[in-house]
Amino acid sequence: MPKTIDIDVHHVTRIEGHGNIRIQAVDGKVNKVEWQVPEAPRFFEAMLRGRSWQEVQTVVSRICGICSFAHSLAAIKAVESALGIEISEQTDRLRMLAFGGEQLESHILHIGYLVAPDLVGVSSVVSLVKSHPEVVAAVIRAHRLGNEWMELLGGRRTHPVSFRPGGFGKLPKESELKELTGRLEQIVPDLSLIAQTVAALASRLPAFDRPTEYVALVEPGVYTFYHGMIGSTDAPERLPVDRFEQVANEYLSPQSTAKWTRWHRDSYAVGALARFNLNHSHLHPLATRTGTMLGLKPPCCNPYMNSVAQVVEAVEVVEAGMEQIDALLTCGIKSEAPRKPKLQAGSGVGAVEAPRGTLFHKYAFDGNGICTTANICIPTNQNHANIQKDFEAMLPIVIDRDETEIRLLLEMLVRAYDPCVSCSTH
Amino acid sequence: MAKPRVAIFDFACCEGCQLQIINMEEAILDLLNVVQPVEWREAISDHSDEYDIALVEGSITRPEDEERLKDIRRRAKILVALGACATTGGVNKLKNHINSDELKRCVYGAAAAMPHLDTSPTRSLREIVKVDVEVHGCPMSTREFVNVVRCLATGTTPVTPNYPVCVECKMRETICRYEYNEVCLGIITRAGCDAPCPAGGQWCFGCRGLVDDPNVNAANDIMAKYGRTADDLRRRMELFNSTEARPCPRQ
Ligand code: SF4
Ligand code: SF4
Ligand code: SF4
Ligand SMILES: [Fe+2]
Repeated sequence: MPKTIDIDVHHVTRIEGHGNIRIQAVDGKVNKVEWQVPEAPRFFEAMLRGRSWQEVQTVVSRICGICSFAHSLAAIKAVESALGIEISEQTDRLRMLAFGGEQLESHILHIGYLVAPDLVGVSSVVSLVKSHPEVVAAVIRAHRLGNEWMELLGGRRTHPVSFRPGGFGKLPKESELKELTGRLEQIVPDLSLIAQTVAALASRLPAFDRPTEYVALVEPGVYTFYHGMIGSTDAPERLPVDRFEQVANEYLSPQSTAKWTRWHRDSYAVGALARFNLNHSHLHPLATRTGTMLGLKPPCCNPYMNSVAQVVEAVEVVEAGMEQIDALLTCGIKSEAPRKPKLQAGSGVGAVEAPRGTLFHKYAFDGNGICTTANICIPTNQNHANIQKDFEAMLPIVIDRDETEIRLLLEMLVRAYDPCVSCSTH
Repeated sequence: MAKPRVAIFDFACCEGCQLQIINMEEAILDLLNVVQPVEWREAISDHSDEYDIALVEGSITRPEDEERLKDIRRRAKILVALGACATTGGVNKLKNHINSDELKRCVYGAAAAMPHLDTSPTRSLREIVKVDVEVHGCPMSTREFVNVVRCLATGTTPVTPNYPVCVECKMRETICRYEYNEVCLGIITRAGCDAPCPAGGQWCFGCRGLVDDPNVNAANDIMAKYGRTADDLRRRMELFNSTEARPCPRQ
């Protein structure tokens, strides 16, 4: 039946930041399909010029409240690389451990508060408190644990203060790490309950496959969030992170104040599903079993399954966290002050896997350690074009459905990427 | 008595202050006993143009955002600014020291001329509309936020501390950052956060803004004692108090 539709979602709800969905079709002919980003640019890359190497992580943390640990850590890695600061193995391990807390907190927030209402068909988590009290309680416990884990290692839950170039401003006590590992063990049943609930509701996720390029950091033998080279499902070669600009090829679309990216094809995707597709064979045992239970099979090219991959990763970071604490306690926590740089002009890149995907920071400094240029490429920058391409592929398939249903499918699609929109227009 | 209707809005920012509301975990449910959320884009899908209390996060950097803020002000009986971006302009004000063409060229290169990238200098909410209550900090403190909402729901006036962060820092018995040869802004910054940054091994970078009447003599004494100058303080202030540290050129 020839159809006329007019969808104008001005600010999609239950996502971070401002994004619009604009669809117009007249007599069955689709003439506008747009994922728009009207977010106000904040110009962080310009504001960083003239700032000291000691302040960079404090400034860029404010790009994103939900992934402030990722920004702080990527920035510190870039600063250390630019200024030739070698860190200790303890510092490296503690940072990786801290970052696990952010993955847990962020993934649980997304699955439990932002996506779950769609799976049950309500407008917010408030309604779920009555209909699903046990699983909401599990979500809250896991979310709180993520936060307290972050606070222990980063000094605060949002915008960490203990991470400094060269090391830690404050180290956790061994007794605190022991307590944390106990709590990680205790959270496993809660995560299983969350996973089982998602598995039971997963049939509500649309079956929509669209092959695309998936990009993530890869490291031999490790399901990595923190080290490695840039990998892609489209090409066998691995690139060092300091060549990220050749991967992202950032450009600007008139429908977005955030830059878009493309590598081997029109668009690529980063995030939990990309990491799962590239690194699934390195998951810990319980995370692997959780993936199987949830029916997640690599390669998976259904973008809606990104939220399911996040459930798997929530289990993964808990298992990896316990292992990391074991290693730290075996060596014992040594008191050490942050290492100092020998100031010299130079530039460096830092990359991490933020909860939403690969994050790149690049800085150059003059001989006084003052930042002269900055370039930051954010996961959601790298997902915007892929969301647009998903829209274009999906619309012809669903065009005959009810307008409200089309609208919901597109909103759910955007949410599945867990976009950090204000972060992408940094 | 009907519960006051609350709407949450955000402008240019990192949305980290809204996250502090989510981070209250089940205590949010207690808050729901005293207020009724009717709009909160980040967390719920409901929408309403009618509300009693507007909680507004973020800075204003575009004419259309200024209009939206004014509209929110017209509808709300009480307008609360959440976090440094809203109360002082926060880090977003660093851009006011750079010419706007230069900003766009630096970030967007060849695409800089595209019209959707235009912005005006960053302003805090009170530079545009009347603000009834300010919850300071980057991010805002959850404890302070809960107290403010409770006060508003019961019709009392929340009180913001007007003494420096050092007071809270000393209560925690944190070793002073000046002893590590670092410059800390706790001596002139408004308390209320419980000084988490020095306790976490970092100087206070002044995210809560200055106390109303900073004790300049005491600050100078500390600078002299540790071989520092007022310029060191001023430089550190640039992140969150850039207007006070260095007046902005007209754009
Ligand atoms: S005040 Fe800080 S935490 Fe709050 S929105 Fe602004 S940058 Fe984010
Ligand atoms: S560390 Fe900063 S806030 Fe704490 S006492 Fe020293 S100057 Fe004051
Ligand atoms: S110690 Fe300073 S920087 Fe830290 S939260 Fe308090 S006012 Fe902000
Ligand atoms: Fe960028």
